[in-house]
This record gives sequence, C-alpha cells and structure tokens, in this order.
Amino acid sequence: MQLEQDELLQVYFFMRLTRALEDRTRTLFLQGRVVGGVYTAQGHEATTVGAAMTLRDGDCIVPQHRDLGMHLVRGTAPRAVMGQWLARGNSPSLGRDGQLHIGDVHHGIAPSISMLGESLPVACGFGLTIKMRRRSTIVLAPCGDGATSTGPFHEALNFAAVQKLPIVFLIENNSYAYSTPNAKEFSLQNLSDRALAYGIPGESVDGNDVLAVMETVGRAVEHVRGDKGPALVECKTFRVRGHSEADRADYVPKELREEWLAKDPIQRFAAYLSGQGILSEAAQAEVEARVKAAVDDAVSFAEQSPAPDAAAVADYLFAPDGPVAMIGEPGAGDPYYVNALDRRTGQPYNTVQQTEEVMARR
Amino acid sequence: MSTIIETKVTYLEAISQAMREEMRRDEAVFLVGEDVGTYGGAFKVSAGFQEEFGPERVIDAPMSEAAIIGSAVGAAMMGMRPIAEMQFIDFITCGFDQIVNMASKMYWRSGIPLPLVIRGPSGGGTHGGPFHSVSPEAWFFHVPGIKVVVPATAYDAKGLLKAAIRDNNPVLYLEHKYLYRLPELRETLPEEDYIVPIGQAVVRREGEDMTMLTYGAMVHQCLKAARTLEEEDDLSVEVVDLRSLVPLDRLTIAASVKRTNKVLIVHEDTLTGGIGAELAAILAQDVFEYLDGPITRVAAPDVPFPFAPALEEAFLPNADKILSAARALAAY
Repeated sequence: MQLEQDELLQVYFFMRLTRALEDRTRTLFLQGRVVGGVYTAQGHEATTVGAAMTLRDGDCIVPQHRDLGMHLVRGTAPRAVMGQWLARGNSPSLGRDGQLHIGDVHHGIAPSISMLGESLPVACGFGLTIKMRRRSTIVLAPCGDGATSTGPFHEALNFAAVQKLPIVFLIENNSYAYSTPNAKEFSLQNLSDRALAYGIPGESVDGNDVLAVMETVGRAVEHVRGDKGPALVECKTFRVRGHSEADRADYVPKELREEWLAKDPIQRFAAYLSGQGILSEAAQAEVEARVKAAVDDAVSFAEQSPAPDAAAVADYLFAPDGPVAMIGEPGAGDPYYVNALDRRTGQPYNTVQQTEEVMARR
Repeated sequence: MSTIIETKVTYLEAISQAMREEMRRDEAVFLVGEDVGTYGGAFKVSAGFQEEFGPERVIDAPMSEAAIIGSAVGAAMMGMRPIAEMQFIDFITCGFDQIVNMASKMYWRSGIPLPLVIRGPSGGGTHGGPFHSVSPEAWFFHVPGIKVVVPATAYDAKGLLKAAIRDNNPVLYLEHKYLYRLPELRETLPEEDYIVPIGQAVVRREGEDMTMLTYGAMVHQCLKAARTLEEEDDLSVEVVDLRSLVPLDRLTIAASVKRTNKVLIVHEDTLTGGIGAELAAILAQDVFEYLDGPITRVAAPDVPFPFAPALEEAFLPNADKILSAARALAAY
C-alpha cells in the first residue's frame, strides 16, 4: 500500500491528537474537573485511527467508548468531546450523557451506549439502509473483545452475513474485558476465526502497527464495498491503562504491560516515519503544536461553556412531528426536515461542527 | 348480503391495511421480522406483502430479536420508517436492551429522531401459555421515551398504526391477538386515509354512575359488563378506552371520573405495578375530592400466565369479574 507523505503525517497527527486529548481528559479527571468515569484507550491509536483512515466520504462508523481516534478522523470535534467530558449544556448530548456517546448521522457517526455489543445491530440498520437505498457507502462497526461474548455480537454478524450488508466488523482485542483476560473470555487463538461461523472473511492483524491495520482493514473495506457482504477484522492490541481511570489494573502482570508499552503504536510509527525521512524534527514540532492548540481550544471552549439548565431536566423526551429526511441524500440538510437540525436546540448538530455558532448556542 | 360482509374488515385485516397503505405511500416504510415475508407472518398479517413490496422491504429475519429491533433502530436513525415485528410480543424481552437503552434515549441524548414502530401480538385468551400470552405494556410504560398504544377496535387498529408509523419516535404498538379475527369486531372502515392520533382516549359508552378505565381486549369485556349493569342493576356506566398509554390522556380520564365519581380500572395484565397502579395514583392526586368510593382495580392475579383452559379462565379478567367488582363499588 502506497501512501503519500501527507497522508502518513495526517495519520500520525490523528494518533497524537487522540493520545493528547485523552491525556488532558485524565488530567482534568484527576483535578476533579471531570465527574463520572473516564475511559481512555492508550495503545489503541493505531487501530482506531488506522481503521478510520480507510473510509471515504459518506461511509459510517458506529464507534464505541475507546474509539476517540476513529471519531476524530471522521470529524468529531475535540470541542464536542471535551464538552461531553465536562458535562456542558452545549455539548452534543446537552449534558444528558457523557463520555464518547456522541454522534451525528449526517456525518455517518452513530452515538454509542454503555451496553457494549448493542451498537452492532444498529450498524446493521445503517447497512440495511445503504443496501435499500442502493448506495456504495459502507459501515465500520468496531467492538472490543469483551463485546464478542454478547448475544447482539452474534445476532448482528449473522444478520449482516445473511443480508449481505456492507459492514466491516472490527474487533479491537485489547486483551482484557475490564479485569477479565482473553483466556477467560473465549477459547480461540484468533477472534477473527469467528468469521467462519458466519461464512464471511476474517483476518487478524497487529493492532499496534498502524500501516498493517490500514492495509488489513482496507482489504476488508474493499471486499465489503464490492457488495460481497460483511467482513471481520481483529486488531490485536493492549489496554495499557485501567478499564477506567478509577481502575489501577493491578491484575495485569507487570512484564506484560511493559512488553506492550514497548510496542507503543505512536512511538513505533514515529520511528518508522523518522527512518523514512518523513517526520523531521521540525515536522514533529509542528504536529505537536497543532495538537496542543486543538486540545487547548477544546478545553478552554468547554470550560467557558455553561452547565445545562437544570430547569430543563424534563425536556427533550420526544422528537416533534414533521417530515424526516433520508440522511446522506441530497437535501437532507434542508431545515424543512425535522432531522436536518437538532430540534432540541433549533441549531445544527454540533458533534462534528467546530464553529463560533456552537459557542453562541445557548 | 355478501358484498356488505366483504367490506367489513377484521382487526387483523385493519392492521394489515394500515401497513400496506403506509408502505405504498412512503418508500421509507419497511417491515422486518421473523417469517413476515415468504410465509406472510405467523398470523398472516403481512400475507402478500413480499409479492407486492419485494424481499428488501419485507425482510425475513433470522430468529434474532436484538438484530431485528437494533437494525430497525439503525435504519430509523438514517431516516427510514421501519416496522419491527415481534412474532409474539413475549419475545420482545430478547430485544429489551435495544428498546430501553438504545431507542428510548436516542432523541433525548443526541437529537436524532427515531421513527420506529415495534409491533406484535400480545395478550391471552388463546391458550398460549406462559410464553405466548403476555401483556408487556407495564415494562415499557415505565421507560421514558417510548410511546405505547393499545388498539381495541378495527378502526383504531388501523388509525393508530398509521399514526405510529408516521410518528418520529419509537412507538410500541400492542395488538391483541384475541381480537385478531373476532367476528363481532368486523367493521366497515373509511375509504379515505385517516389516523387515530396517539394520546387521545375515547369514551366508548357514556354513563353517569361509574367510569371504567380500560384498554385493549378488556374494552369489550367492560362494555359487556356495562350493558348487564344497565339491564339488571339500573346502573349507567361510562367506559373509557385509553387507546394510548404513553402519552396518557389525563384530561379525558379526569373529566369522566369527575362526572361519575367512581372509578373501576380494568386491565388484562397482572395487578402489581400495572398500568392501573399509575392510573390510581394519578386519580388520587388529580380528582381526590370527586371520588365517592375507593379506586378499584380488576386485573389478573400476580402469577405467570397459565396454560390449562380452566386456569387461563380463572386468571383472565372477564365481564363476570368486572361485574362483581362494579357492583361492590356501586354499593359503596
């Protein structure tokens, strides 16, 4: 796979942005400025960024709680992410929900829930729509190793296989489901072997090697875009931190964690890029400056944003009546349609937007 | 004679008509469920649909309720108007998470409307036993974000389903399978397009001495009891068919009870934590000073739905049980 230098640097930028945004979130949590649980994905960056880089405009993702990298590549604004963590009134969920549970269907991003595995049937609904509307787009539907033990994982993969839906199912196997190691989760060597049960192609790849991830997921994407039904990819990686920031992860053997820390996907990719003469010291400094600016902007924007209006606690239960647009088709942004705007606020959806109007919304 | 009979449709045919007409009217509407396509549905509600609309809009799904409801959720997010059929509404438990966590909170937390209908045969009286007879409304009544409708007549079955399909929110449409082919429910429906707005109760029978609040199949048992009370006890009983449990038509309920001053709540579901419990709480708060007797409930006993005919009959509320409760309340 031949990638242009610019694209390689872009991949690196997104990996760094993902890591830096999570690092800052953790700091805010330790400072008591983020309430509730914080879930990060240090070590996943090659998988989440690499997989998302294989998509085109119009494609959809159905990300999970550790998929910040995927979100960022597909356009989710750091401001939106930070607004969620800080429970701001102008965050995409208006403070109703936290974490990365955000999305914007106009940009092909589905908001997830905490019941892992349950987004996979929803991905089937995206796939069904694409199929019924005769589009050429596809869906990238990730889940963790933990979610592969759920009923919805099986139901979704089976349903997608039978219906020949254009979905790449991506297992981010980070070796632990909270404290439960792979050995207590399943008795397979490779989770991609589950593809056999559904009659679809499956491959496993080193999830800490971003170029390998892009190549393997890219192959699956090509298969799926060819109208041949779904494909499954397992990215083998490691959650080097706890399940949440409240989890010290003492159950992970020290040597094992050190082994994986040494395989850090960002350091590894940076070394590769430097070796290729692509990432000069100047280029690296530029990436770091852009990353810092984006993170600083997100944090200051979120911190200046208001808390939700407590008097509106009982609002927004039901969507209003009116015509609903077919998302992703011409005219879907016409305010004539109920779902062209976020009717809770009367403003454009703001998961993906990064404009001044977001600031002025309340 | 025969032409007149042919123009009258059953409750089941009314459901079928609603889906067919909506699928013709709007290409965003599609049906997904077990055996709904080639076979036409376990109760033949979608007989002939696949021939007319093709297998992509009448989708035969594997035995996977989470995939059926979840894929309907995903399609609804994209602007489709899916109808997810549960072959028996009892099986909705297998897709519970998709409804109570995924669907019900979607608009509230993301602003994405979810024009989704989940429908299926509920209720007993057909010897279905503990796993083919449930009245599941209370499970969902409690969850904010899901509308729940319970049609009792062919007219309402069609009009409420059309309203549900056109609604921009998740609607649980509970059709009562005992009513599916009941001859006395056959009626001539308007030729023109109509809906029954979600959230509006209807007074099925006017009366002065007592209000019966009910829905679904129990509407007909209440009407039967009310006729007997008029003939044998000279009592004038008002029967209010709720039609929609979420949203609940509190105005119609309160207006009726304020006039009659006595209220009997009747539902087929079991007693504790049922719809009647909430109705009783609402009435106690809203019309306390108008009540001339205890808010009384007739419901199934708090046990699972039994199979044997003698047990099923003992379990289900019916006109006789309603009659005795009504007489006791009238005498209070």
